[in-house]
Amino acid sequence: MSGVDGFFNFFKGFFVTGKLPFKPKVTVQYPEVKRPKPERFHGRHVLNRYEDGMEKCIGCELCAGVCPARCIYVRGADNPPDAPVSPGERYGFVYEINFLRCIHCDMCVEACPTEAITESKMFEWSFVSRQDAIYTKAELVVDDEGNPRQLPWEDWKPGDERNTSAWMRATSPAGVAAKEGQPLWSGELGYGVRPAQAGQSDPAAADHAAPFDKAVRELAGNALRGIGVEGSAPRGIENAPQKPKHQKGNKK
Amino acid sequence: MGLENLQHNFLTGTLEGMVKWARASSSWAANFGLACCAIEMMAAGAANFDLARFGMEVFRASPRQADVMIVAGRVSQKMAPVLRQVYDQMMEPKWVISMGVCASTGGMFNNYAIVQGVDQIVPVDVYAPGCPPGPETLIHSILTLHQKIRLGEITRRTADGTGAGIHLDAATLRRPARVSLSAPAAS
Repeated sequence: MSGVDGFFNFFKGFFVTGKLPFKPKVTVQYPEVKRPKPERFHGRHVLNRYEDGMEKCIGCELCAGVCPARCIYVRGADNPPDAPVSPGERYGFVYEINFLRCIHCDMCVEACPTEAITESKMFEWSFVSRQDAIYTKAELVVDDEGNPRQLPWEDWKPGDERNTSAWMRATSPAGVAAKEGQPLWSGELGYGVRPAQAGQSDPAAADHAAPFDKAVRELAGNALRGIGVEGSAPRGIENAPQKPKHQKGNKK
Repeated sequence: MGLENLQHNFLTGTLEGMVKWARASSSWAANFGLACCAIEMMAAGAANFDLARFGMEVFRASPRQADVMIVAGRVSQKMAPVLRQVYDQMMEPKWVISMGVCASTGGMFNNYAIVQGVDQIVPVDVYAPGCPPGPETLIHSILTLHQKIRLGEITRRTADGTGAGIHLDAATLRRPARVSLSAPAAS
């Protein structure tokens, strides 16, 4: 390599650096802007209520039994006959979740027979003491409007309280094909019954996920097509437009 | 340090504000990734979330140059003395972020191999919940720590009133006098 070549290579190397400031920025300015969450994201739990204000939790302790991290503590009590808390025979008298043990696996949501516990989309939070991490029923139960209670160490943005998890389970709950497309959800305070999640039988209809998710799936599909495994591309991307191969910079 | 009995006035107050601002806006992290949380910690440092916006882009491998230890992952019983040594080697002032449920309480690994909460070993300032916490959660805990640094007294040692609220003084740690098994000495 002669000296002249080395001199030009110097500028060639800096050309890569120099053109980057003019490219679109990928940084999410987190405290001000939040990345959109996937549809089935698992965030902080909420305890739901019916439209008439009654609590859905019946104190059956199935969530506590199924929890792999043993982070839920429930104690049921008989409903007072004059002022019942839940429509069932019993209600959740004590309900505590230790969020420093919870791994957000959503198994409590799957186990719950009354759809009382669901998970919101809020995942931006931190504690300065262990006591703050143990949420009691007063903090978990939604308020009269159906909105989760927002605590000072949590960063709620609009949309985080919508689309809490487990609502997609409402479609074909036990795998019965005849129930597909029928939301069997009993409705949540303030929100009502949401439509069933699309795309359980028709993969093409499922392609309304968060934008970055879609992009990742397209990329993965293109990569799979490139190595010649046509049939094994992820579902729902069969009709995705294939980008022409990027040729710039490959010249010898 | 000799600053404990300092009377604050206009000048020292301004100086203290400046020192706290400087500490909060360039708190370098000690590299202590132990498990899958470390992947999220790396994601927080990469271009999409860019910890450099908070002056934290350098993850120091040397504890002498670090201010914040981010314990990212489950701490095994064998790792615990190493973690304590790294913490002891860091210069004052130092802070600890317990990232993820395994570091905070042991998480779902409630067994003999995992330390049930890193605050049994080092005083923890901020806990980030999640399994693992996303980059946003980590940034939220970092911002909480920055707030804590800005509000705290600069002469206060971090060992007081942090962690699990356990305060050990020298008297508690002192071993009992050795009991002699031999015959009592003739008095």
